[in-house]
Amino acid sequence: MDLSLTYEQKSLVETVRKFVRERIVPLEDELDPDASELPEADYARLVAETKQMGLFNLGAPPELGGPEIDTVTNSLLAIEMSQHRAGLYTPCYGVFGSASGLAQLFGATEEQKEKYLYPTLRGEKSGFFALTEPSGGSDPGRSVRTKAVQEGDTWVLNGSKVFISGADTADYGLVFARTGSLEDGRNGLTCFIVDADTPGFAVRRVIHTLRSGHYATELHFDDARVPAENVLGEVNKGFGVANELLTRQRVVYSAGCLGPAYKAHELAVTYAPQREVFKKTLAEHEGIQWMLVDNEMDLRTATLAVLHAADLADRKQPFRTEAAIAKILASEAAGRVVDRCIQIHGGYGVTKDLPLERWYRELRIRRIGEGTTETQRMVISRDILNDRHRPVLR
Amino acid sequence: MSVRMTKPWIDLTEENVARLPGQTGVFQIGDAAGEVVANGYAGGRSRFGLRSEIGERLAALEAGHRFRYEVTTQYLSRFSELENIASGRIKPA
Repeated sequence: MDLSLTYEQKSLVETVRKFVRERIVPLEDELDPDASELPEADYARLVAETKQMGLFNLGAPPELGGPEIDTVTNSLLAIEMSQHRAGLYTPCYGVFGSASGLAQLFGATEEQKEKYLYPTLRGEKSGFFALTEPSGGSDPGRSVRTKAVQEGDTWVLNGSKVFISGADTADYGLVFARTGSLEDGRNGLTCFIVDADTPGFAVRRVIHTLRSGHYATELHFDDARVPAENVLGEVNKGFGVANELLTRQRVVYSAGCLGPAYKAHELAVTYAPQREVFKKTLAEHEGIQWMLVDNEMDLRTATLAVLHAADLADRKQPFRTEAAIAKILASEAAGRVVDRCIQIHGGYGVTKDLPLERWYRELRIRRIGEGTTETQRMVISRDILNDRHRPVLR
Repeated sequence: MSVRMTKPWIDLTEENVARLPGQTGVFQIGDAAGEVVANGYAGGRSRFGLRSEIGERLAALEAGHRFRYEVTTQYLSRFSELENIASGRIKPA
């Protein structure tokens, strides 16, 4: 088993690492510690650089102009891109493109792609993804109550959505609504592309959370009419659109959790030999050494799990269980690592002078977003019970 | 919490600004008629939080303005909400 990186992977990782350290981190000295956006001129300049590097629109398939990068490499880059203050939720402030959030549109009709996907990939439009509702998000088959009823060549949507990112600034959204009965579960859901200026659609408020810069919103649909040509995929099969691609992205999402944790660990490893307490450095205290050891074990375990899932995905092997394990391990390990690093830094750890407090807050959300830890465990347990003799290594 | 800011207006004077907390938060500047003329926030880099941020507005504006504020650690998302209400992108019920 060879776990070493290829020449190309090493080169890409080095390039992105340098980009983050030399281009992104210096800009953060001037931004609010909770900021999630760059000034327009900086954003445009850096997008031009990532395009020149051939790394713009990571996550988009090559036929749509994305770079030809496998899931393992994509995961390695996600670890690098998130190693700055805003990196967990806005890696490099989006200057590598936002293709990965639009996986469902990759299967759109050509007309839909012309109107929504291509302008988004060019950075001219933005979209939001609306699935979660006040009734829940982990079990969409039962929790989606927003209804869509067909009237001639339009669908009429009524209902509400919560925890939706970017809806207040987007041009359109991918909105899931129930077109079948509740008993149909996931097979009664359809995905609609809804233009933001559709009468009857409104963003009601920002939902304030412990993440201040990158926020969610609450949406309402009150007899919002959507043309039939804006159905994405097939009626009642909205949930199946790009399912495999979304599982693959979960692996990269898990990798993204690890970037801040690696950076936090690096900060602690640098700080511990410098700070003196009780006539010796922190690094000379066994209690601190063991915290650093626990960090190292957490980081290595989670990284191996992420790369294992990514490798299976690239080899077109089943990887749903492994993606779920990676999600749990990475999100939980990263939280523990940052928590220990704050402890090592003492009072400074919780100040906004350092990025640790922001990562600490935002990492808590990663155990909930993109499928809660408990949902991932359900996925794993189903796979275990349905295929009890599946070997770990294939 | 109301989506629109409903705190009472306070005259924008040196004495009132001096009494402000040094915490992070959001604020609105209003004219004499009570019309909002600007939204602002005191973030993690504000030297003395709301006191210094609103103090800067006091120094820049002519007399007769008012202000109101909310202390919040979610100053960026709350600021975005206030800005989007003003622009019509968010329509509170």
